[in-house]
Amino acid sequence: MKDSRLTQYLPYLVVGLLALFPLVESTFYMQLLTKVLILAIFAMSLDLLVGYTGLVSFGHAAYFGLAGYALALMAPKYETVSLWWSLPASIGVCALFALITGTLVLRTRGIYFIMVTLAFAQMLFFIFHDTKLGGGSDGIYIYAKPLMKLGEIEVANLEKLEHFYWLVLILTGATYLLLHRILGSTFGRALLGIKVNEHRMRALGFPVFKYQLASFTLSGALAGLAGYMAAVQYGFVNPEILSWHQSGAVLMMVILGGMGTLYGSVIGAFAFVLLQEVLSNQAWFGIAAKHWQLAMGIFIMLVALYMPQGLAGLAQKFRRKPAEEAADE
Amino acid sequence: MDFAFFLIQLLNGLQYGLLLFLVASGLTLVFGIMGIINLAHGSFYMVGAYLAWSLSSMTGSLTVAILLAIPLTVILGMGLERLLFRHLYQRDHLYQVLLTYGLILVFEELRSLIWGDDVHGVAVPALLNASIPLTENLSYPVYRLAISGVCLLLAAGLYFLIQKTRLGMMIRAGASNRDMVQSLGIDIKLIYTLVFALGIALAAFAGMINAPLSSVFPNMGGQVLIICFVVVVIGGIGSVKGAMAASLIIGLAETFGQVLVPEVAGMIVYVLMAIVLVWRPEGLFGRS
Amino acid sequence: MSEPILRTKALTKRFGGLVAVSDVSLDLFVGEVHVVIGPNGAGKSTLTNLLSGDLPPTSGEVIFEGRDIAGCTSDHISRLGIGRSYQKTNIFLPFTVFENCRLAAQSRTPHALSVFQQAGGYAEINRLAEEAMAAAGLTHRAGRIAATLSHGEQRQLEIAMCLATQPRLLLLDEPLAGMGPHESQRMVELIKGLTADHAIMLIEHDMDAVFALAHRLTVMVNGEVLESGTPEAVRSSPAVQLAYLGGEELLYD
Repeated sequence: MKDSRLTQYLPYLVVGLLALFPLVESTFYMQLLTKVLILAIFAMSLDLLVGYTGLVSFGHAAYFGLAGYALALMAPKYETVSLWWSLPASIGVCALFALITGTLVLRTRGIYFIMVTLAFAQMLFFIFHDTKLGGGSDGIYIYAKPLMKLGEIEVANLEKLEHFYWLVLILTGATYLLLHRILGSTFGRALLGIKVNEHRMRALGFPVFKYQLASFTLSGALAGLAGYMAAVQYGFVNPEILSWHQSGAVLMMVILGGMGTLYGSVIGAFAFVLLQEVLSNQAWFGIAAKHWQLAMGIFIMLVALYMPQGLAGLAQKFRRKPAEEAADE
Repeated sequence: MDFAFFLIQLLNGLQYGLLLFLVASGLTLVFGIMGIINLAHGSFYMVGAYLAWSLSSMTGSLTVAILLAIPLTVILGMGLERLLFRHLYQRDHLYQVLLTYGLILVFEELRSLIWGDDVHGVAVPALLNASIPLTENLSYPVYRLAISGVCLLLAAGLYFLIQKTRLGMMIRAGASNRDMVQSLGIDIKLIYTLVFALGIALAAFAGMINAPLSSVFPNMGGQVLIICFVVVVIGGIGSVKGAMAASLIIGLAETFGQVLVPEVAGMIVYVLMAIVLVWRPEGLFGRS
Repeated sequence: MSEPILRTKALTKRFGGLVAVSDVSLDLFVGEVHVVIGPNGAGKSTLTNLLSGDLPPTSGEVIFEGRDIAGCTSDHISRLGIGRSYQKTNIFLPFTVFENCRLAAQSRTPHALSVFQQAGGYAEINRLAEEAMAAAGLTHRAGRIAATLSHGEQRQLEIAMCLATQPRLLLLDEPLAGMGPHESQRMVELIKGLTADHAIMLIEHDMDAVFALAHRLTVMVNGEVLESGTPEAVRSSPAVQLAYLGGEELLYD
């Protein structure tokens, strides 16, 4: 009982502590934490597909990057745009693109699905890389952060690090609650049913394709939310943000944290960024830090081989042990 | 477009398509027979190209370099199958994706450590360093023709291997019924090792012979991998015949696309893929 | 005689050169168990797959409640009121028995795509699920994970999930497969109890169960209907005795 009460309040405690983080007054760590939270939204959006619908997408960066480009192309140069319309518009573009690609990729399964999602993401990469539409391989700068004004009152000034940080924190919490709510609904249960046994769901009368398409579109839209925030944070977009390395990284976060557990995606984003920072720290690893991807690659392979349930899986193993023993007696 | 120019583009498209076939056929065999998705397949193409460059600059001959590099890549393939891929056959595709993605990072960093990050050119073998004149100012390089010829020979060899030999029969049986093959007392593990090594060697060989044309540069495997995915999706998973048809279609479409509509040339292959997905989701030669 | 709820006309399925189901015409009525027997490879499961929409027929008609459903997708056919169980147990192994049934019941409600109402919050869905569990005799197992059930109970769950979708026609593909005598007896009683309100097409090898349940019997051989009629008529048919029951006769004498 004690245990369940702890897990019940733990998320609020964590969010509370994170909300107080700007008191630390470290620009570096606040930017890093903002980045982690944005990636947590991104990872949660992918977990909806991989962990709850059973669809392994290897092209999720497409929706992340597309939102950034949507913002950059909508923002007039040197002028500020309002967040109130540019955010929904960017998310809408991603949802629409996910809806269109979803109707195509969902005609395939398994290995095909993985390849086709990757190929469509790559198509988008080449559109922005090869044409002048998005500034080619150099990308586009977003000179001013979007405005958050209600009438004359400024709700938040995103040029200020802590304001942007708080906004991202709120959005991360909101994404978690939204997905948590959806996954507990009849819709969410049906998605899980499709993941476990798609054929049986169809025989029971579920229009499986529609459910998958809804999940795919929602997932793309939430990836767009993360991508918009990432573009605001960095102040520029270039084709790299929708490259397949980005898709691989976010898949790694989902699995490292533990797929099929939303909080696992948040933990995974933290762990992945932390690891990246540590491995590429020149003060610690000197010249080897330049080749940090080697260590990262080996780590990813080890996780795939020996930790398929991720950190959340490890935690559950340790927590369940005493309870299971008690139940057996 | 006059005829000589058209002929050049046609030959280029065919040559590119045939080269794609070498890489994609290995990918589709490994998919079809072992049920493995190998994102690192493109890395072997890169390894082949770098081996060709470094060994040819050591020995002074691309031919010698290729003869030395082929056994190396076969050994690499067999070793990786035994060490890594064997653990993946029964696993979810998700983990295959993750592990082979990790492998790409490892290969790229090792490449950077061993060979550096510069772009290198590779000399065409002296014997093939000539051109066939077509008109007064248009000619066609012999080396490209030689590549096409070698690819065609290999494709014929692959067809013979799969359709006519005992090993090929076992490969085909393994693709359709793993348990049956095992109950007949055939060593399926050995077949898997051989097929995997064959796929890797084909990809690496493609990298080697194309090195003089494409030059050798970091991340060169990624682009090839994704085009090969498109080839496999269009052709149908596990179908070598499909891989051949799709490779030629893509090769010609990209080559002519770059000449006729350069702005959107990069998109053409993906549009083709989308059309095939709508029309025949299992691929041109795939089994539904 | 009342109208059949389902009627097939010249139903045929070819796989390349192989004719798995050939020119099959049969009628199913509410209140009747129509048993289809035949040796392995006779096309019984393929026939079931044609009726349930798991496979599209090559030619012929499937008329369900007055409309041709040949070639409709399986989810569509399920929603029209045809439920099926599978020869190989086909359930949601990681879920509890109740969740299995609730998921099945959920497919019938107009709120199925509702995103915010929590899954446990629908009284109607819960009631359907509980009724289905009770009908299949699984109420005492409601909280158990399906994977931990005995084989017989998993077969019962298979039926319960079918029932939760409120079908008017049940297609049961070898529900007794792999069951012990005690479990088989329970399943036969369960099916008997469903007969009044449902039309049932049953594929079965267990001859005791076949003759205990059948109102109508169809014998299939090589994809074709060899004989069809009342159990007595079929049993005494010379063609059937020669081709099929001949070998089984020993069991009865």
